[in-house]
Amino acid sequence: MKTRVFVTLKPSVFDPQGRTIVQALGSMGYAAVRDVRQGKYFELDVDTDSEEAARMLATEVADRLLANPVIESYRVEVEE
Amino acid sequence: MATFAVIEFPGSNCDHDAYYAVKHVLGQRAEFVWHKDTDLRGADVVVLPGGFSYGDYLRTGAIAKFSPVMSQVRAFADAGGPVIGICNGFQVLLEAGLLEGALLRNRRLKFLCRHVHVRVEQVDTPFTGEAMGGQILKLPIAHGEGNYYAAPETVSTLEANHQVVFRYCAAAGERSDTANPNGSINAIAGVCNRRRNVVGLMPHPERACESALGSEDGRVILESAVAAVLSAGVA
Repeated sequence: MKTRVFVTLKPSVFDPQGRTIVQALGSMGYAAVRDVRQGKYFELDVDTDSEEAARMLATEVADRLLANPVIESYRVEVEE
Repeated sequence: MATFAVIEFPGSNCDHDAYYAVKHVLGQRAEFVWHKDTDLRGADVVVLPGGFSYGDYLRTGAIAKFSPVMSQVRAFADAGGPVIGICNGFQVLLEAGLLEGALLRNRRLKFLCRHVHVRVEQVDTPFTGEAMGGQILKLPIAHGEGNYYAAPETVSTLEANHQVVFRYCAAAGERSDTANPNGSINAIAGVCNRRRNVVGLMPHPERACESALGSEDGRVILESAVAAVLSAGVA
C-alpha cells in the first residue's frame, strides 16, 4: 500500500535553505512568494492491505528514522 | 596507558586522524572498531570520529545511530565510560540521543573549513579536566551542518546544568556574532550529557595536536581523557 510521509522543519526552527530559495525567487521577480520552507517527502510501499496497518507502520518508521523529533515534524498519508 | 577505540562507519574520514593523534602524538593505544563489530576492544575511551557516515543520507548521523556498534557505545556510556563525538561523531551522538539537541545547516549554507576559537566552559568532564576554565583553544572546523539547535527550554536546562562545554569565541575570548561561525544557538560548539562522561563538539581537536598543523590546542582534550582514565585506575 502506497504510503507517503512528509517531513518538515518545525515552525520554530530556522530554515536557511528555504530562506535562500525565497531570496532567489524574489530576485527572479516572484515577490508574491513570501516564504519557503524546504522539507522531505518519502514514498513507502508497505506490504499490507490495511490502511490502518500502513499508517501505523509509517508513523513508527517516521518516529524512529525519517524525522528527527528535535527539529522536525511529519505527516503521514495512505493512498486509498 | 589508555586504550582509545576509534569507531569507523562507512564514510568516516577522520578516523585515521584520531588514531594518529592518539597513538603517535600521545603515545597511547588506539584501536579501530568497525561499525558492525560489537566488541570495543578493551576501550577506556570511545571516539566517534568526523566524516560523512552513510554519505550523510537522510540526515547527518541518522543511519549510523542504528549501526550494531552503537548499542555497545551506549552501554559503555551508560556505565560511565568516556565517549567523545567529533564533528560527524557529535551528529551521531545527538541522533542516538546520547546528547541533547540537533545540528542544522550552517546559517549561511556554506561548508566551513578553517580555524576558529572556542572557550572551554567546563573543566569537569573527562575531556577537559586538564584544561583551564576559560582557556581559549584554536581548533579547526570542517562542516556544513554544525549549527547547534535545541528547543529553548532544552537550552535553558543545558546552561543551568553547565552542560555547554565549548563555546565559539573571538581570539581573545569574547563572544560575538562574527565569532560564531555557523549560527549555533548561544554560540554552542560542544555539549556534554548530564552525567558529563559523553562530550560532543564540532571542532576537530585531533587535527590540532602538532604545531606543523597550525595548532596544538587540541591535545589538551585528548590528554584530559588519558589523565581521566589513569586517575580512574582502569588503564
